[in-house]
Amino acid sequence: MNIYQLDATRLICPMPVIKLQEKIKGLVAGDKVELVCNDRGVLHDIPAWCRVHGHAVEQIEQIGNTIKITVIVK
Amino acid sequence: MNNIRKAVALISGGLDSMLAAKTIMAQGIHVEGINFYTGFCVEGHTHAIRNKDQAKPKRNNALWVAEQLGIKLHIIDIVEEYKQIVLKPKHGYGAHLNPCLDCKIFMVKKAREWMEENNFDFIITGEVIGQRPKSQRKVTMPIVAEQSGANERLLRPLCAKNLAPTLPEWEGWVQRELLHNFSGRSRTPQFALAKQFAIEDFAQPAGGCCFLTNEHYSAKLADLWKTRGKREYELDDIMLLKIGRHLRPAPHFKLIIGRDEGENNFLEGYRSQFVNLRPISHVGSLALIDGEPTAEDIYLAAQIVARYGAGRTENKVTIEVNSQGGATWPLEVTPMAANAILQQWYV
Repeated sequence: MNIYQLDATRLICPMPVIKLQEKIKGLVAGDKVELVCNDRGVLHDIPAWCRVHGHAVEQIEQIGNTIKITVIVK
Repeated sequence: MNNIRKAVALISGGLDSMLAAKTIMAQGIHVEGINFYTGFCVEGHTHAIRNKDQAKPKRNNALWVAEQLGIKLHIIDIVEEYKQIVLKPKHGYGAHLNPCLDCKIFMVKKAREWMEENNFDFIITGEVIGQRPKSQRKVTMPIVAEQSGANERLLRPLCAKNLAPTLPEWEGWVQRELLHNFSGRSRTPQFALAKQFAIEDFAQPAGGCCFLTNEHYSAKLADLWKTRGKREYELDDIMLLKIGRHLRPAPHFKLIIGRDEGENNFLEGYRSQFVNLRPISHVGSLALIDGEPTAEDIYLAAQIVARYGAGRTENKVTIEVNSQGGATWPLEVTPMAANAILQQWYV
């Protein structure tokens, strides 16, 4: 299992979702992606995208305007 | 041998594409959605940037539709490729700068490429004959099929009975008699079908799903091209056209002024790219200056910004000016009188 960082700061939805989608293409089950962004739209869109594709959101952290979402590839 | 046929559905997030996908899923076809991000898309998020829109659902409608349908959704970034469609539409524009027919051809072409790469069998869209004046007419339906290269693999389930049979129909993958014959601008058949499928919640954006169909947005894009002297844009340009009050006191610079806290927060992300101003003696909006302002221009801009802040009736308001290089200095100005802000400055 590997952990990957994905910087999506300053990107507005759906770009963070697209970046995550592209990143996950090359990963295997059990890998994690830590996505950092600041568009609040990701609070809805990343979990929704994970649900339709069968991946899991492990954690969502918000510090000020920064949002960090950890996704587990299934 | 697995004989389940697979269709890729163009999902805009509206009701029609949702119904088209549902109609085909009901026939036992495996459906996955595809959604294209052009930069001009009207998103719940874009509207939700403004404080007054905070109550609106902050959802991506296409993702929401996919979740309701229980299908995968592939969101594709076509921002760069899409520029050629906006800048040089072969079939021209609609009422504003909306290249709807070229756009539809391009999206179906991209869907065809995706279909071929992923071994899917056909493409479905939520198009209805007569629904849209530019792209969804009986005469344009074959143009989209031919010029996209999708040809007989493009099926429009909501109006299929008004069109010649397609490959999925003549091969018996789908039953033509279970497809529909919708036409015209009436939404009644769609609402009836939604009820039949027990779909109660769906997005109905008043101006469609693209900012280019919006008169005011198109005017701002036309202004951008005119004042730059060339027809081109970057993603940041077209995002900023969605936000704020745009005033152009002179051809070589424009002010983008946040209208509320939500827009100010959004504009914050662009501060390092523009000369920017904000009142510090009173509450007020953040403003970006797009262009090459002189010192006199910055002074004028500061007076305008002061006009839109809480100090508008004061004799003096202090504005903080920030350059792209990181330099910061205060500027004391008298707020511009309301009648001194010329109507023709508003873009």
